[in-house]
Amino acid sequence: MLDVIREKAVAGKRLDRAEGRWLLADAPLLEAGAVANEVRFARLPEKVVTFVIDSNPNYTNVCVTDCQFCAFYRKPGDPEAWTLTVDEVLAKVESAAGLGATTVLLQGGHNPALPLDYYLTLVRETRRRFPQVTPHFFTASEIQTIAAQTGLGVGGVLDRLHEAGQRTLPGGGAEILSERVRRRIAPKKGGPAAWIEVHREAHRRGFKSTATMMYGHVETPEDVLDHFDAIRELQDELGGFTAFVPWSFKPGNTLLEKWIKEYQGPNAYLRMLAVARVYLDNFAHVQASWFSEGKRTGQIALHFGADDWGGTLFEENVHKAADYVNRITVEEITALIRDEGFVPAQRTTTYEIIKYW
Amino acid sequence: MRFADARLEAVWGKVRAQERLSSEDGLLLFETDDLHGVGRLADYVKSRREGDRVYFVINRHITPTNVCVLSCSFCDFARKKGADGAFEHTIEDMVGMIRADAREVHIVGGHHPDWPFEYFERIIAAVHAAHPQVQVKAFTAAEIDYFWRRWKIEPKEALARLKAAGLMSMPGGGAEIFSARLARLLKYTGKADADRWCEIHGIAHGLGIATNATMLYGHVETLAERVHHLLRLREQQDASGGFLTFIPLAYQVGTTKLRPRQTPPSDSLRTIAAARLLLDNFPHVEAYWVVLGEDTTSIALHFGADDVNGTLEDERIQHMAGAQTPAGVAREQLFRMIHDAGKIPVERDALYNVIKVWNGA
Repeated sequence: MLDVIREKAVAGKRLDRAEGRWLLADAPLLEAGAVANEVRFARLPEKVVTFVIDSNPNYTNVCVTDCQFCAFYRKPGDPEAWTLTVDEVLAKVESAAGLGATTVLLQGGHNPALPLDYYLTLVRETRRRFPQVTPHFFTASEIQTIAAQTGLGVGGVLDRLHEAGQRTLPGGGAEILSERVRRRIAPKKGGPAAWIEVHREAHRRGFKSTATMMYGHVETPEDVLDHFDAIRELQDELGGFTAFVPWSFKPGNTLLEKWIKEYQGPNAYLRMLAVARVYLDNFAHVQASWFSEGKRTGQIALHFGADDWGGTLFEENVHKAADYVNRITVEEITALIRDEGFVPAQRTTTYEIIKYW
Repeated sequence: MRFADARLEAVWGKVRAQERLSSEDGLLLFETDDLHGVGRLADYVKSRREGDRVYFVINRHITPTNVCVLSCSFCDFARKKGADGAFEHTIEDMVGMIRADAREVHIVGGHHPDWPFEYFERIIAAVHAAHPQVQVKAFTAAEIDYFWRRWKIEPKEALARLKAAGLMSMPGGGAEIFSARLARLLKYTGKADADRWCEIHGIAHGLGIATNATMLYGHVETLAERVHHLLRLREQQDASGGFLTFIPLAYQVGTTKLRPRQTPPSDSLRTIAAARLLLDNFPHVEAYWVVLGEDTTSIALHFGADDVNGTLEDERIQHMAGAQTPAGVAREQLFRMIHDAGKIPVERDALYNVIKVWNGA
């Protein structure tokens, strides 16, 4: 199986589901890693690893969706619930811009009290006041929320955001794109089709987006393959995904913590990256998340198919709510990338290189 | 096996035939870009020897004192007598540090200017008398050598007396890197050199005292110096045969700052793998979680390591140099590192007798 997979993968031929399953469930870790590394350099021959200067603030923690894996949200009316004004959010964008950020990834709970204009103003004002910052705002489920509440439909909301100047969407909220898993951990978020629909409509309108995956809870290898197949298919159709970004579920302070005490460790993560690199043959980039998996695992991940280091994440609140915190500076990022034998390159939200460090 | 670096195919041929690797092979293992290739070879050897087993021990580190006459450039631990932060434990304190469930106690400390050899002898005797179930692993070759330098007690006599007092095995520290160049550069010329270090381990082996070996890497040494160090250990093992485990020690930057950051994790994985391949006569190669961190340790179990050390209820030396791991990791956390790699935890004692295979734990 290994030799067949290696040959196909390096020749750029597509792996079938049985081959993907073998890599996920049966392949020795270093064999999967070796193939992924070979595929990575076949696709991206330069020994370059990109990173982005970014921040991940949030505009509200109010949410009506009650996902079992989430430690961040509060129900409307909860004493710990908060929603920022437009000016408060823009102050966060300003502070990120002041630190050199070119991407602000803004996401929040599903807060039905917020009007369309709130979202549009955030995009418009970010564009106007901080032209160097890409507003990488609102995940699929937030778009769904706005669509339902305004009656504009997903396409209508995306059109308005596009008019306001938005060109990219973050890929969060995918979790695992399998009916079974989403029904279990995020029953009010809709099936995989809900997430896919938003990204399809976005890509049709010329938006770029990322595809994420949060694993390490109730999924099986079949669910992971469903996820891979769903995003690989959409990528064939419209090619709008810039990168694949997986991370492990952090159980701290979530409803799922009752059943799942620990998060999956570095070996599971390296395998996930490696399989993604080989199986997602139409994705240019795979991101190593120093933030969610630790800096050392992030460094090793650069040898397991990842070609991107993610961002500086000046602000982050979602993992923090699960008692998981990690910090880094640009200087440290470039040093850690260089230590592993790669040239660090700062990139934009859409993976164009701004500068080699 | 196929390799991204075709030069590894010749090494694979030797590994499969269980032939000894040369110094050139060793250098290739350190220099090649094919990190996975090196790891896969080491994993093959580790699996052939040990299957999916990964060893750990419920152990306790005791440091009698950090007062030390030496001033090694890489050490954050040593203090001069009377200096801030200097400590000297009483025998009673040390005996009291050991919990009933410990299987191994690891006793290593500074080269104290005043404590007579008899004091160290009494430490071992007291620990052994109070906790006969605990195997005492104590004193590096550097300390044994210091007993000669300071008190003119020959290593053979020192080790025989310590053994009679209850010493079961010796840790592998104080080897640093076997290099006269580095000993001068990093100011450890006052310590047992390569020949002396090996001689003392040979004497211990002759007395039936099992020992470990280490290498301090990731500071200013060359890759050739690492290979030389490993082959010197292999030669000593051929001669005396009493080494149990090789433990590579990644230099901790701390405040000694021989380099800006710890050597990257891929270097540690590669070093473990190269050691597994070169040290064909060593039963075990350890991924020491205190210096590597839990994540790298767990990954290292695919790069040739078959041991993670232990629960380490107190570990002063690496922590004073800023090691970023919790000081008293519980057995559960060791399980986590081992299980994440898909391996089976095997509880051992200091001599690698199996206490319990934690199947399904």
